[in-house]
Amino acid sequence: MASTVAQGRGATKRRALGARTVFLGPGLLYVTAFMTIPILLVVSYAFLTRGRFGGVEFPVTLENFARALDPIYLRVLWNSIFIASVTTLLALLIGYPTAYAITKLPARWRTVALVLVVLPFWTNFLIRTYAWIVLLNSQGPVNKTLESLGLIAEPLEMLYTRGAVIAGLLYAYLPLMILPVYASIERLDRSLLEAATNLGASKFRSFVTVTLPLTLPGTMIGAIFVFVPSLGNFIVPELLGGGKTVMVGNLIRDQFLKARDWPFGAVLALVMVLFLAGLFAVQAMVARRINGRGARA
Amino acid sequence: MGVAPVRNLGWLRLPFLLTFVFLYLPLVVVVVMSFNGSKQPFSWGGFSTRWYGVLASDTAVRQGLINTLIVAVGATILATILGTLLAIGLSRFTRSALLEAYSLTPAIIPDLALAIGLLVLFSAIGMTLGLHSVLLAHVVFGMAFVAAVVTARLGQNDPSLEEASGDLGANAVTTFFKITVPTLLPAIVAGALLVFTLSLDEFVIAFFTDGPATPTLPIVIYSMVRFGVTPEINALAALLLLVSFTVVIAAQRITRLTDAV
Repeated sequence: MASTVAQGRGATKRRALGARTVFLGPGLLYVTAFMTIPILLVVSYAFLTRGRFGGVEFPVTLENFARALDPIYLRVLWNSIFIASVTTLLALLIGYPTAYAITKLPARWRTVALVLVVLPFWTNFLIRTYAWIVLLNSQGPVNKTLESLGLIAEPLEMLYTRGAVIAGLLYAYLPLMILPVYASIERLDRSLLEAATNLGASKFRSFVTVTLPLTLPGTMIGAIFVFVPSLGNFIVPELLGGGKTVMVGNLIRDQFLKARDWPFGAVLALVMVLFLAGLFAVQAMVARRINGRGARA
Repeated sequence: MGVAPVRNLGWLRLPFLLTFVFLYLPLVVVVVMSFNGSKQPFSWGGFSTRWYGVLASDTAVRQGLINTLIVAVGATILATILGTLLAIGLSRFTRSALLEAYSLTPAIIPDLALAIGLLVLFSAIGMTLGLHSVLLAHVVFGMAFVAAVVTARLGQNDPSLEEASGDLGANAVTTFFKITVPTLLPAIVAGALLVFTLSLDEFVIAFFTDGPATPTLPIVIYSMVRFGVTPEINALAALLLLVSFTVVIAAQRITRLTDAV
């Protein structure tokens, strides 16, 4: 009797294990084969020597890392961080108040506004970037309008500048700031704001002491969502920066597809990914601290 | 008409309206320009649909569209199957947050990192590049998106339905196809739609993993856009805008309908 129960249990366990393999196996195998192994390959390439005909060769070396410290490349890295940071800051300055305004709309209008925010995001990235070439061109509508208003005599050189790159990146990723900020303001516990008002805090004071800190994790998510794709982008700098504004994404692309220096490209990609992983870690830390404080209060 | 809700926003109206002007002005300009009869991209030559005609007879664009559809359909089918299984496995057979994070990583990893990784892998195993390699690449992130959408839905599902099915004598396979899949169907469809749209528009990974003979539509657009502004690209842009707007609004309607059920 006891042994049949044990047998039955064994069979159930085996069945559960079988089901587990059927459901989890293919997906996990796929992620491992087509994400983890490729990433590990790139990491290992960073320590190898450039092959004579592309690809990689032995011996193992640290030379690629030393090369990344060359001032030319450090300047590109710094330039990329600068451009991505300014883009994120502008997205924050425009996106936060917009998200706040959307939460104040009546429910019906809120949905309409949110759909309108994401709509451009679902259109082809190259087309959205192209629209800015049309807009900022020396004979484009912006210059034409300014000229006909008599504000400028000569067309302004707006395209192929750093400003154009920032405008293009901001345009591409602004929705990614608005959505998480909107969600975090929406989730806010209104009773905390009422309490602040009842205790005599002004609207501004309760915003600064209650709303702002409690929406910080969502805001940081938004900032990361804008910063990460901006930093690695190579399309916008190429199309709107006209090759004058080189970012780390362009550098990586060129090492893999033009210069065929895969080890150096791998080092640059590694530096970029580690930098971004660091940002995620900071966000997680801040979110934990703020949520912890919320729970205590 | 109801502009009153916007008026109630006070000073917040300024950033609110600024955002929408910023988001839509470039698109409006491109759509208007696409009906420009002039060959000069920036001087208005009257209303005309000639560039849509030029576009329709452009074989490179047409072939690019066919290539893109092949990749998107294949990637959607594979990613939907793998992602749905994965989501069910994650919520029913393990409580491991680590495994869940691991499965969803392809959705958040920078596309450039995934692109060079796959290029390195495909060349290491000596695989020729073409539509098949783009398809394999698109399944990686597509699967993660499907898994995320279906996992969210599984969290709301009532497990007692499956238990009842088992109690009434249905075996695991019957329960899976008669109970689990139908209740998950809205989420599976939403996930599939998401992968399909993402794959249609995907450029960076396709740029690294595609062969020179079979460019997808985004790669064709990239090579057109690099040579500057032409009225034909304006027409193509306007058409793509129309397609994606229709899909997003349709998806919005579908989710609202299924939420109501």
